[in-house]
Amino acid sequence: MWGFIARKLIYNVPVYLGIILIVMLALRVQDPTLMKLGKNATPAQIESVSKSMGLDQPFVIQYFELLKNVVTFDFQEESWSHGGKSVGEMLKSSIPMSLAITVPTLGLSAIIGVCIALVAAYYRGRAVDRVLMIVAVLGMSISYLVYIIFGQFFGAFLPRQALGGENWPFEITGYGPLFLGEGATPMNWVSFYMLPVIIGLIVSLGYDTRFYRAVMVEESSRDYITTALAKGASKPKVIFVHMLKNAMIPIITRVMSTLPFLITGAVLMEIYFKIPGMGFQLINALTNLDFPVIQGFVAVLAAMFILTVIATDVLYALVDPRVRLS
Amino acid sequence: MSDTTHSDNQAPIEPLLKVRHLSTRFKTDRGVLTAIDDVSFDLAPGETLGIVGESGCGKTVTSKSVMRLLPDHLTIYGDDSEIMYKDLNLVRASAGEMRKIRGDKIAMIFQEPMTALNPVFTIGWQLDETLKYHTDLNKRQRRERVIEMLRLVEIPNPEQRVKEYPHQLSGGMRQRVMIAIALSCEPDILIADEPTTALDVTIQAQILDLMNGLKRKFNTSIMLITHDLGVVATVCDRVMVMYAGRVIESGSVGEIFHNPQHPYTKALLESIPKHGRKRADGRLPTIPGIVPSLWELPEGCRFEARCKYSDSDRCIHQEPELRPGLSDRPVRCHYALGSPDERPVNLTASAAEGAAG
Ligand SMILES: Nc1ncnc2c1ncn2[C@@H]1O[C@H](COP(=O)(O)OP(=O)(O)OP(=O)(O)O)[C@@H](O)[C@H]1O
Ligand SMILES: [Mg+2]
Repeated sequence: MWGFIARKLIYNVPVYLGIILIVMLALRVQDPTLMKLGKNATPAQIESVSKSMGLDQPFVIQYFELLKNVVTFDFQEESWSHGGKSVGEMLKSSIPMSLAITVPTLGLSAIIGVCIALVAAYYRGRAVDRVLMIVAVLGMSISYLVYIIFGQFFGAFLPRQALGGENWPFEITGYGPLFLGEGATPMNWVSFYMLPVIIGLIVSLGYDTRFYRAVMVEESSRDYITTALAKGASKPKVIFVHMLKNAMIPIITRVMSTLPFLITGAVLMEIYFKIPGMGFQLINALTNLDFPVIQGFVAVLAAMFILTVIATDVLYALVDPRVRLS
Repeated sequence: MSDTTHSDNQAPIEPLLKVRHLSTRFKTDRGVLTAIDDVSFDLAPGETLGIVGESGCGKTVTSKSVMRLLPDHLTIYGDDSEIMYKDLNLVRASAGEMRKIRGDKIAMIFQEPMTALNPVFTIGWQLDETLKYHTDLNKRQRRERVIEMLRLVEIPNPEQRVKEYPHQLSGGMRQRVMIAIALSCEPDILIADEPTTALDVTIQAQILDLMNGLKRKFNTSIMLITHDLGVVATVCDRVMVMYAGRVIESGSVGEIFHNPQHPYTKALLESIPKHGRKRADGRLPTIPGIVPSLWELPEGCRFEARCKYSDSDRCIHQEPELRPGLSDRPVRCHYALGSPDERPVNLTASAAEGAAG
């Protein structure tokens, strides 16, 4: 198993090197300092900004600098728009905030989605199944924004007005101290993240449930199911042991393939709830042409993406013996 | 004791499985489809019954009905359908009762050994599972039994094999594992649905040999489903021939092979590939025409359109009963071959065959 993981890591190193190369070149098509400072910048200004980012160095040096930053997770460069803040600090504060939304959303959506799908597949074609699927389609057909706006209004604004702020846990926007670190209580997570998570859940559950149900229906028509029944297995045994372990393969694929999307995809949620997570920070940096932040964040996001790809392969190997050999 | 032995000698042996008027219908989008219609047969202890017929004639539906493996909410069994195993009518048995029978009293192996085993569990786990459901053995005893079963089905290196996954085994080996699973609780009845169709010819013979040997060892009755009459001739005691959801003839292997009474049986026998049986154009003789769709069954005999002998209104308009023909064997034909009613080959029909072939 460890050999397998090591092999996967080694295979993905060149991929990552390639991604970083492309990102760095793309960010240098136009001189980032000129873009930031405008045409009227003095040579002295340009020089000092260039130096601070190491842009005056040969490209190869810059390339290895960035790689070193990623590997050591140490980004000293200062943000161009948040005076005095280093890219490293911004990463360290925004990553947990993004994960605080995406991990619960993704995990709960997968678990609840699989459970509902199992129920629907168990009662396939009958009333329970039909009702669940109609609800899922309804959930899917409403836009993300509608949920966010309605969620903010009915989930936070109205109850806060009616009950007073102290009696209602969900904040409308903004973020307080994190749920980790000094002065943090779990209640902080509830106040600032639970409403976005619930909204995210409602949005993704429709899609997830339908996908997982299709997986279950397909698995339930496989020959090994008939074999298990012919051996005298009970229906719950067949569904929860035989079918679920096989279904883990497409389930993992789905969860892992939505993970990188969710890291940045919670961006709408971060913007509307004014939570400075990775998506929020990156969008800000893009509008402000904040070159150090863009480069650092993109390099880290790419690394996260590669790691999820590796994690996916490892999980495959854990559930599917056929993968281990190859 | 001696009394019962005495009466046993006089009365015919009580069959292990008595199937009576089994009709299996499916609810489909197009309406209700009758897949098998009024099927009756017996299976005696230790007997091997072959069920033969072309694709789609209802062999699998018959066997899955016995195991009640068809989707419950889509399947309707006839009101007078009975599948008597000992004193239990399997057609009306509860889910719990069926679970106790499946794998323990009646076991089944399937056509596709490549997909019948669960790909994500080890061979050992899958063998152990059946023992867990049906025996009181502890973990260590079950493990011993698993190894013993793998040895019985002649899998080399069983201690090593239990840790392997199905994809690490060849098709023949997987079918051996399926047989080991099926026989691990020493069932009274083994249902084998085309167990060798998906295998190489040499492997086929080995698997059939193995089944035959184990059948003697455990005194298991076998329902062997196949469309290969060659297989039937080598391993079966009795044969039941099905056509479009109906039983059309049954009898001992000798009777069926030497004295087929239904034109369909005769045509099937003529299509067995044998040396010197190729036609002048080098092709094997096949039965011209196709099995009628179960949705559009003819009013009369279901085989009429393909029958060399048919030329009467009776064949077209009246479906024959399954009735005792020569030597009391049931046959579903108005003009059973070898009976006084037998008709000559219809020239127009055989001309049509010539044109079709
Ligand atoms: N679940 C089902 N729903 C609807 N129709 C079915 C179902 N299962 C089987 N049938 C129909 O019943 C008929 C008999 O099928 P069956 O599988 O028993 O044939 P078979 O004799 O085993 O053929 P083969 O040699 O191809 O295995 C077919 O026409 C098939 O389409
Ligand atoms: Mg079949």
